[in-house]
Amino acid sequence: MRIAILIFPGSNCDRDMMVAIEKLTGRRPSLVWHKESCLDPIDLAIIPGGFSFGDYLRCGALAARSPVIDAVLDHAARGGAVMGVCNGFQILLETRLLPGVLVKNAGLKYICRNITMDVCETVDSPFTRNLEVGARLTMPVAHNEGNYFAGEDELARLNDNGQIAFRYVDGPAHGLANPNGSSLDIAGIISANGRVMGMMPHPERAISPELGGSDGAKLLQGCLEALVS
Amino acid sequence: MSEPEMTLDNAASMGLSADEWKLILKRLERTPNLCELGIFSAMWSEHCSYKSSKKWLKTLPVDGPMVIDGPGENAGAVDIGDGLAAIFKIESHNHPSYIEPYQGAATGVGGILRDVFTMGARPVALLNALRFGAADHEKTRHLLGGVVSGIGGYGNCIGIPTVGGEVNFDASYNGNVLVNAMAVGLTHSDRIFRSAATGPGNPIIYVGAKTGRDGIHGATMASAEFSDETESKRPTVQVGDPFTGKLLMEACLELMGSDSVLSIQDMGAAGLTSSSVEMASKGGLGMEIDLDLVPTREEEMSAYELMLSESQERMLMVIKPDATRRAREIFDKWNLDFMPIGRVTETGRLVLLKDGATACDIPIKPLVDDAPEYDRPQAKFVSYPIVESRAITSDAPISSILLQLLKTFDLASRRWIYEQYDSQVMADTLQGPGGDAGLIRVHGSQRGLAMSTDCTPRYVEADPHNGGAQAVAEAYRNICAVGARPLAITNNLNFGNPEKPEIMTQMAQSVIGMGEAALALNTPVVSGNVSLYNETDGQAIRPCPVVGMVGVINDIATAVGIAPTASGQTLLVIGQDEDCNDGWLGASLYARHIAGEPLAAPPPVSLEAERKTGEFLQSQIGAGTIIAAHDVSDGGLVVAIAEMCMAAGLGATIISPNGGNAHGWAFGEDQGRYVIATDDAGVVTNAAKTADVNICLLGVISATDELKFDDGDAISISKLISSAEATIPALMNG
Repeated sequence: MRIAILIFPGSNCDRDMMVAIEKLTGRRPSLVWHKESCLDPIDLAIIPGGFSFGDYLRCGALAARSPVIDAVLDHAARGGAVMGVCNGFQILLETRLLPGVLVKNAGLKYICRNITMDVCETVDSPFTRNLEVGARLTMPVAHNEGNYFAGEDELARLNDNGQIAFRYVDGPAHGLANPNGSSLDIAGIISANGRVMGMMPHPERAISPELGGSDGAKLLQGCLEALVS
Repeated sequence: MSEPEMTLDNAASMGLSADEWKLILKRLERTPNLCELGIFSAMWSEHCSYKSSKKWLKTLPVDGPMVIDGPGENAGAVDIGDGLAAIFKIESHNHPSYIEPYQGAATGVGGILRDVFTMGARPVALLNALRFGAADHEKTRHLLGGVVSGIGGYGNCIGIPTVGGEVNFDASYNGNVLVNAMAVGLTHSDRIFRSAATGPGNPIIYVGAKTGRDGIHGATMASAEFSDETESKRPTVQVGDPFTGKLLMEACLELMGSDSVLSIQDMGAAGLTSSSVEMASKGGLGMEIDLDLVPTREEEMSAYELMLSESQERMLMVIKPDATRRAREIFDKWNLDFMPIGRVTETGRLVLLKDGATACDIPIKPLVDDAPEYDRPQAKFVSYPIVESRAITSDAPISSILLQLLKTFDLASRRWIYEQYDSQVMADTLQGPGGDAGLIRVHGSQRGLAMSTDCTPRYVEADPHNGGAQAVAEAYRNICAVGARPLAITNNLNFGNPEKPEIMTQMAQSVIGMGEAALALNTPVVSGNVSLYNETDGQAIRPCPVVGMVGVINDIATAVGIAPTASGQTLLVIGQDEDCNDGWLGASLYARHIAGEPLAAPPPVSLEAERKTGEFLQSQIGAGTIIAAHDVSDGGLVVAIAEMCMAAGLGATIISPNGGNAHGWAFGEDQGRYVIATDDAGVVTNAAKTADVNICLLGVISATDELKFDDGDAISISKLISSAEATIPALMNG
């Protein structure tokens, strides 16, 4: 299993993702600086959370134009798997590997808390294959711009094609089920070919009970096993 | 361009007194120019010189076997075992936050983070202590919204979790909010970096963001009262750039790992002035700096502006002469300026060059050593009367008072605030905001660090000496309540104008009380900050000497939170015996909200009992007999029980006291107590008796939605939750 985690100067969940992957696979993923213009052969590229270039402009807009993203685009074009979490999801939208945009949370505030999401029925994808449809996963969100938005047609297409991977649902945490006002309660989506996935919640932060739960480990483990087999 | 000769008027406009002006003339044996005068005024400002507080700060205990670096460095450092050190400090950004809440709070966080990573530590947690005006004051909504968003804006972006804090609302802060930010970092004890300049001839390097005209003379502004013209001070507020802060943090930590840095100091208050003067002064050396080499983002900045700018995200370093290339490569990687701007000299003078001429040439020693130290007069403190509970209580059911109290801004849920902070980034947060102490795992180990910020200003106002001790005791309890061993303190002394004798009394007496408690509880003060002149139009804030405490827990698996986990668990209170007295309601939240806030003495603190009870709780938590623990503080016993039930989503049946004053029992704020939940009530009770610690049965957790007293009085837990949760959102969204 060869995994690369991309690092932008303002990434701040890169170490957390590295720790989670290492815990699950027993191997340290490679860390790739944003100025690199090629990737060694890999099974999965992960774009972690953070504030890639400060995100004072549009979240992920600058990152999507950095050298390493060209390499990610090549990797994806060859059918390689790509996962973006939080800022990584925002960057994937800026690269157009995934459709739609993430706008400011409906509450106009940064929000950090646990959410619960349902695993949806999707096209065949390594990111959902090992998860039971309808399974409820609880893990944190932490973002300012996680409100997924797309045109009516696009949303209908995502829905009809089975590209909605995760949807916010009621859970034990205090507050609205949908923390940010996302259209169709979208927490994460996948590409039409199932190989690219972006999600706002942070699975890498929910990898052990003392950190508040293990559902993130379940999600990541499912992906990793699907990508190996 | 020749500048006019400086006069006493110029000095006065920079906040210097006539005596201080005379002393400058004497030390220089000539009249200073504008730049030199600016440097003196910044270094001798209250903010940089501690001239009113120094005498009292010297009385604090600062030593202990765990102390690696006490006050005097950028932050304090304590040994936490395994060859690791926790490095921490709290600092105020009160004045800027009132003028411009978002930027003021954001740069407060940025500044305290720099203090910690300057020492070579990677910051691992942030906390804060906030005070706002009355909830219904016209500015509170704007200030609360801006400050919270600013704290989050910086901490979230740079990627350090905010794991705890406290907030009060009180009319005395209407014109002066308090924004105190605390940062905690970790490093190896033998890899701590300090600020004393070394080696004459070594290069002085400027790194980080460029210098602009923002924050000029901020330290002086922070050393004066506010008036109607406060708005005009907006340009003295610095502007934060957390992304550059992140780059600077990573670049500095990377460079520090490469054996290149000899000394390093962040440019905080008074910017290039205080960093260069402090580094040179501590090293007993001089500095020569060519100001034309300072990276700027505005044109034609004068020597005065360059030296007094408080532009953020900048550092000054002395590096090994042969390390320049390696260091430059690291800063290039992080796209930051890296500029040798001068060298260390043996002259003991600060020499600044600008446009080919000497812009400043002054001895460094007087800037630091001759900084005035005042023994300002104190007023005689008249003790508040001891008010007996029965004088202010009624027959109202406890449940209705409880509901009333939980809705107040003093006790309402802080969720609206802390959900705007990323409390989990770095994935080591075991307990974030909402518990007694924030608890993080020392990365990759079983060890944990617990931390808390505390002060009860109404107690300090009613009895400064006792109030100073109580702040330490409450922080101590919060650390013990998660199962950790308290280690050391950082403090943030927020007061009004020290030139007023009654304010001076508050400061001096509360520092004495704080020192006594720190000594008795074996938690020395290793760093701190003083913020004075928190007054508007002559109206001072309620005194607020905040204590930030850090503790260590050897095995995080033993740590507990405040939530019981199942019905049938027994609730006990430790630190309180079965002889039911009337409870201490003086200066309590009950007195404030239910009884019209009569002038009354606050509850006394017994340091001996604190320590005994705290150590007992630590040992019981370590032994695994305790499921949940919560210190009894604001609102008293029944509020503590209710908070535990609300956190658990479980009910409880409580045994009403036999005799005594019912409201005093329920809401009295007698000190040194914890409510615990346990499955081993017999074991814990016997152990308490053996340890000579008071313990008293309270009741039992139930799988209901009801907090019920055995006299039939009851209230729904979900109603308490929805009421407590509604208060702050109603203000902010309404």
